[in-house]
Amino acid sequence: MNIVLVGLNHKTAPVEIREKFSFPESLLGKYLSQLVASPLVSEGLILSTCNRVEICTTTENVPETFDFLSRFLFESSRENPAIPFSQFTRHLYFYSSEDAISHIFRVSSSLDSMVVGEPQISGQLKEAFDYAMINKSTGVILNKLFKKAISVAKRVRTQTKISENAVSVSYAAVGLARKIFGDLSGKTVLLVGAGEMSELAARHLVNNGVKTVMVTNRNYQRAVELAREFNGVSVKFDDLKADLAEADIVICSTGAPYFLIDREMVEHAISRRKNRPIFLVDISVPRNIDPKVNSLDNVFLYDIDDLQSVVEANLKERMKEAEKAELIISEEVETMDRWLKSLNVVPTIIAIREKVESIRKTEVDKTIAKWGREISQDEISAIETLSQNIINKILHFPLSVLKSEAHQSHGQQVIQTTRKLFDLEAEENQILSDSGVDLPHPDASPESQENPLSRARESQDNK
Amino acid sequence: MNIFFFKITILIYFVGTVFYLFYFSSKKDSFSKFALGVTAAGFLFHTIALLLRTVESGHLPLSNLPEMLSFFSWAMILTYLVLEVRYRIHILGSFILPLAFLFLASAAAFPHEIRTLQPDLNSSWFGIHTTLSVLGGVAFTIAFVAGLMYLIQERLLKSKRFSILYYKLPSLDLLDQLNQWAISAGFPLLTLGILAGAIWASDVWGSYWVWDPQRIFTLITWLFYLGMIHGRLTIGWRARKAAYLAIIGFMGVVFTFFLVNILAKGPHRFI
Repeated sequence: MNIVLVGLNHKTAPVEIREKFSFPESLLGKYLSQLVASPLVSEGLILSTCNRVEICTTTENVPETFDFLSRFLFESSRENPAIPFSQFTRHLYFYSSEDAISHIFRVSSSLDSMVVGEPQISGQLKEAFDYAMINKSTGVILNKLFKKAISVAKRVRTQTKISENAVSVSYAAVGLARKIFGDLSGKTVLLVGAGEMSELAARHLVNNGVKTVMVTNRNYQRAVELAREFNGVSVKFDDLKADLAEADIVICSTGAPYFLIDREMVEHAISRRKNRPIFLVDISVPRNIDPKVNSLDNVFLYDIDDLQSVVEANLKERMKEAEKAELIISEEVETMDRWLKSLNVVPTIIAIREKVESIRKTEVDKTIAKWGREISQDEISAIETLSQNIINKILHFPLSVLKSEAHQSHGQQVIQTTRKLFDLEAEENQILSDSGVDLPHPDASPESQENPLSRARESQDNK
Repeated sequence: MNIFFFKITILIYFVGTVFYLFYFSSKKDSFSKFALGVTAAGFLFHTIALLLRTVESGHLPLSNLPEMLSFFSWAMILTYLVLEVRYRIHILGSFILPLAFLFLASAAAFPHEIRTLQPDLNSSWFGIHTTLSVLGGVAFTIAFVAGLMYLIQERLLKSKRFSILYYKLPSLDLLDQLNQWAISAGFPLLTLGILAGAIWASDVWGSYWVWDPQRIFTLITWLFYLGMIHGRLTIGWRARKAAYLAIIGFMGVVFTFFLVNILAKGPHRFI
């Protein structure tokens, strides 16, 4: 059984294509049912976010499934796609086997995201998986794969610093404020002007504990409205000099083409604050705070370019952490791949055991029938036990070898040879048609997967 | 036997210092974990060395300069371990451990024989006076380190250079608080140490105060820190100014505790 994945994302398709091929949540159930109704697809899952649409399935026939999934995606377009199918496929990526596993792990760990390390994708992937589970479109393999993807994302998050440090301009101000003031609870922020970005920065600050929001604006009514949004206070624009002393953080964003806050005003504020530090963020272009202010003791001034450089520095840090994450992922892909390959051997093992058991049963029954009433119940039990022990001992070593060889590069060849040796075609086909495959744990060594028969048939329950 | 543990401790503190300096300049957090483990092990050996010396000499190991340096170093590490548990500022170790190692290694430069205290000096005031004074000195050392870290972080923030240190150093507010806390703890300890010394002097020599160089510089240091606390409470000498003052104060502590001891004559001259 193979894992295949077809999709498009922000790297391969522009937004006008992505938005047309996204799956609305209300129709996801319908599409999942259609997907697994195909004879090509055994299990299926659809991940649809604003930046990516991906369909992941399991199949026996990789090339045909690629074609089918491409067509399936194309036909799911919410409106007229306005591009021919041949052009649409240029925006797609196709992964199978190890590459598909690796891609899913990279997606869940946010290495494939527009902003590397942003944590939302992990939750979106979990939702997609839950949705597929509710709609019973996944089975043994995809269940294991996506559970693993969620745990890999968690491992990456805890073992690297990929999600640390702000990578948006408005959030960078919060990070800097924390480096200056530590805990932000009880701090006061003064918004000078009512620009969108300063409002966003203020919102981040409030979410991080800032207690009081003061708003001042040339248009006082606008200041009153904005202050109301933050449950804060509006102050008169003419009182800016006096109000500066009250603020720990000042966010300035106005359209004024000159410095609204100069060195003398900040000097005055710092003196009144008895040297308690003050953090000024100037988001305005042209700037509204005199850059000379930064040379004052206990005053920290950042303009839009400075914030941008913070973001860039943080992004660089994330990229370095992403390298560590890639190592974790390649390790986990190997574990998952070993598990998948070990699944190939399960029908063969079941078939061997069933065949040998059938031979044993036939021969024991023949013998017992020959003896008729001369043989007691205890003796029948002894013969049963003896014959079972003999076949168990004979099969033990070959089956162990088979299991350990199954995930090697020549594994398929070993399985084929075994099938020929035991003449298993008929039995195995029966087993596959019953879909009774084993569930060895992806982290378990092949040696520990001792009794595949006892764990078989679980996939049917998951269907 | 205490010499053996003493030497082992120097070696361990050296290894800890190396690990902490690696941590200071690299991105690997694991260096700080190694360093902390090594430091804790060193502290254990150091404690054993001091206990053995106390048993062998029959009095607290504070009767001469090497003993003072060793005890000073031990108290610094103890304070650091407490702060590490409380605040988890790993980078603090990169400043404290090299200093503690330096103090202990300096102690090794002096003769190590155990000195018997003169009978008239052998009183319980000896332990109280010296212990309080050393603990006060250690608190001022912490204030110095916090001040140093404050200035580095402040410079990084002002210059908008986001090096590894920017991420490792804590917030300015925490460093300023640590500075304030250390001075607030160190000042009463030193004051009580001076008072205990005065009572002891009165017992031994019949006079509370003698104008010897050590006492003069101790008084200057004490007045300096008094001024610093006053300035912080009334004028707002905090943040950058407080950081500079803590650094200057520490210079005074080193001079008063150790250099005057070597250079001047008087009852505090131990070597």
